[in-house]
Amino acid sequence: MTRKQRRMTIIGGSLAVLALAAALVLNALRDSIVFFSTPTMVAEKHVAPGKRFRLGGLVQPGSLQRGDNLAVTFEVADGGAKLPVAYKGILPDLFREGQGVVAEGALDAHGVFKADTVLAKHDETYMPKDVADALKKQGHWKDDYAGKPAATTAQGNSQGAVR
Amino acid sequence: MIAEAGHYALVLALALALIQSFVPVIGARLRDPALMNVARSTALAQLLFVGASFIALVTLHVNSDFSVANVYENSHSMKPLIYKITGVWGNHEGSMLLWVSILALFGGLVAAFGNNLPLSLRAHVLAVQAWIASAFYLFILITSNPFLRIANPPIEGRDLNPVLQDIGLAVHPPMLYLGYVGFSISFSFAIAALLEGRIDAAWARWVRPWTLVAWIFLTLGIAMGSYWAYYELGWGGWWFWDPVENASLMPWLAGTALLHSALVMEKRNALKVWTILLSILTFSLSLLGTFLVRSGVITSVHAFANDPTRGVFILLILCLFIGGSLSLFAGRATSLKQGGLFAPISREGALVLNNLLLTVACAVVLFGTLYPLAMEVLADFKMSVGAPFYNLSFAPLFVLLLLAVPFGPMLAWKRGDLLGVTQRLLAAGVAGLVVIAIVWAWTRGGSALAPLAIGLGVFVIAGAVTDMAERTGLFRLPFATTLHRTRGLPRSAWGTAFAHAGLGVALIGIVCETTWNSEYIATMKPNDVAQVAGYDLKLDGLLERQGPNYREMVAQFNVSRGGEALSVMTPSKRSFTTRGSSTTEAALLTRGASQLYISLGDVTADGAIAVRIYHKPFVLLIWWGPVLMAFGGMLSLSDRRLRVGAPKPARAKQRLQPAE
Repeated sequence: MTRKQRRMTIIGGSLAVLALAAALVLNALRDSIVFFSTPTMVAEKHVAPGKRFRLGGLVQPGSLQRGDNLAVTFEVADGGAKLPVAYKGILPDLFREGQGVVAEGALDAHGVFKADTVLAKHDETYMPKDVADALKKQGHWKDDYAGKPAATTAQGNSQGAVR
Repeated sequence: MIAEAGHYALVLALALALIQSFVPVIGARLRDPALMNVARSTALAQLLFVGASFIALVTLHVNSDFSVANVYENSHSMKPLIYKITGVWGNHEGSMLLWVSILALFGGLVAAFGNNLPLSLRAHVLAVQAWIASAFYLFILITSNPFLRIANPPIEGRDLNPVLQDIGLAVHPPMLYLGYVGFSISFSFAIAALLEGRIDAAWARWVRPWTLVAWIFLTLGIAMGSYWAYYELGWGGWWFWDPVENASLMPWLAGTALLHSALVMEKRNALKVWTILLSILTFSLSLLGTFLVRSGVITSVHAFANDPTRGVFILLILCLFIGGSLSLFAGRATSLKQGGLFAPISREGALVLNNLLLTVACAVVLFGTLYPLAMEVLADFKMSVGAPFYNLSFAPLFVLLLLAVPFGPMLAWKRGDLLGVTQRLLAAGVAGLVVIAIVWAWTRGGSALAPLAIGLGVFVIAGAVTDMAERTGLFRLPFATTLHRTRGLPRSAWGTAFAHAGLGVALIGIVCETTWNSEYIATMKPNDVAQVAGYDLKLDGLLERQGPNYREMVAQFNVSRGGEALSVMTPSKRSFTTRGSSTTEAALLTRGASQLYISLGDVTADGAIAVRIYHKPFVLLIWWGPVLMAFGGMLSLSDRRLRVGAPKPARAKQRLQPAE
């Protein structure tokens, strides 16, 4: 086999693998990505029941209700709209009323967001970045959201309070 | 005083790195051995000063000197000593200092043990190392100085993030950084080769052990991080396709490809240009990982603090090094001579296929990691790419790779006999099929793909065993001959077999855990019994305990199976007063390779407690696999060829003369 033929074989093989990967990625993108929405966006866009998405916002103070067998309901608000959420399971350690939350799931026929995952990922200020960005964009961001945990914990977390 | 000394040592290290960046390159231009040798002294002195700086920060943390902002923000006087030490790299500033310390360590190792390298190559390698080091020293000194003082020192610190107060923090970040930063060596060698316009098999022989060291640490670091997440986060997940995890997986995939292509280059003097490119890409991905984690563009448990200037600074470093090295590559790569010929069906061909699949799989992960970021910036909507995406795109590519793995080591160099290899792998294939049939018949529920995937794992393991049996002539030759051959076999061959088998082991673990994991979530009162996967778990009671810097509520479970008492499991929930947050300490009971897993939720008003109990069959295989891979890597590293095979100065001179 000459050098040229060898090169063609390798290039042909590489292109085949790349094409395969591209096909796989495009196929995967079609039905496996999950979009992020806030309650306001849900209200505006009329998300279809059963379509999975990530819901982010603040847990409405006073809305958390615990039912039988680990069922919980609470409301997620972003200043513009509220959306009831139902979840069955153990809430993450950092879940608190009045603070940010991200839940993954889908709306049911009655407009209740059935969450199968409540994400526990928070940054140091107890505000998921996605939620903070969305709130800022909509103009509902208040500086005291970031400051709030500083007041509830003994010594505070925000950098501003330190220096 | 200690803080200032540490700060000063870091500034001195920067000065040394700047000298090391330019003087050896000028020396190589002028062919002045004295100037080239400067690199050796500066690299060792740099290690000394960065080491001193790092020790200074550790001392500050151990002494709980809260007049230093970094200590105040991340430590507490009541914190156990081990976490005072590990807390040093449990924050942004400290972890960057660890990063440069390890970079200096690798530079120092090349300086100390690189005596048999050609002088100009060593000078260039160390100069490139110094370029990287200078950039990161500047980054630390300008944007993330760990030695800043507070004007009015507080009495008590704010404590370390409770999730990080675990032994995992002592092991995971240093291991991971040894891997990440270790790839800087192959990067520096690649750049040095491009600068010199010369590259030979001796080059690959030098690069391979360094890559192997980095790869071993990265493998163990990723596995350790995964196990840590599994037992610490409280819901039994071990891989989340989180951008930060991807950031460590991508250099691993590229580094694995590099290990294999360097092999072709060393043995057959082929794939030179590709190996150089892979060296550059692997370290670029490590830098990208550093950027993703340290810039705050993504949210994750690893993103300690978000400061825009840091992100911009690291982005600049990233562009400078990746852009610079790729332009250099584009300009110089064509001048490198082409290597030996080989047929597509050959060991080289198999290694090319390995490289193709690994790099494409790496590209898929890169796409999945960056696509949401790009969409957020360009199209202004947020989304997440999670496990479903990777299951549909990454997994099929890896299946192809795993199917090919047993064939690779059995093919001959230059021209292989695929039919012959297939015949010899027949037994392994049959083993795989038998296992598929057994699993199919025995198990209920779960995906139909699971038995197939387990069969694939068995095929990979059996393939590795077959390869060893063929090489030693097991069952074919008299036992004494086999024994003799076993002793004579190079350790790298054993390394290959162990590493490949580790891949199969990990696959089996992953499939078993995801398919037959049983979960039990409920509220329990004392004396309630939960039944999970044939085990009876009785909640004996709850008790409160005081730890050094936390209070914890411990639940005591008596575990029995078929009436026979096995063990007591004590999961707990700790609340840390200083940070006002709590962590869940899961309890694990290991039975063979399977585990029972209990984590606690909240106590309800009527005194019951929410519990999560999992039975995870063969879950430990997920981590035994990488441990096997790393063991294979170590065997390969101890190979005679790598210990004594690198050219000695006298021989090197002879070999290199024609090229001069």
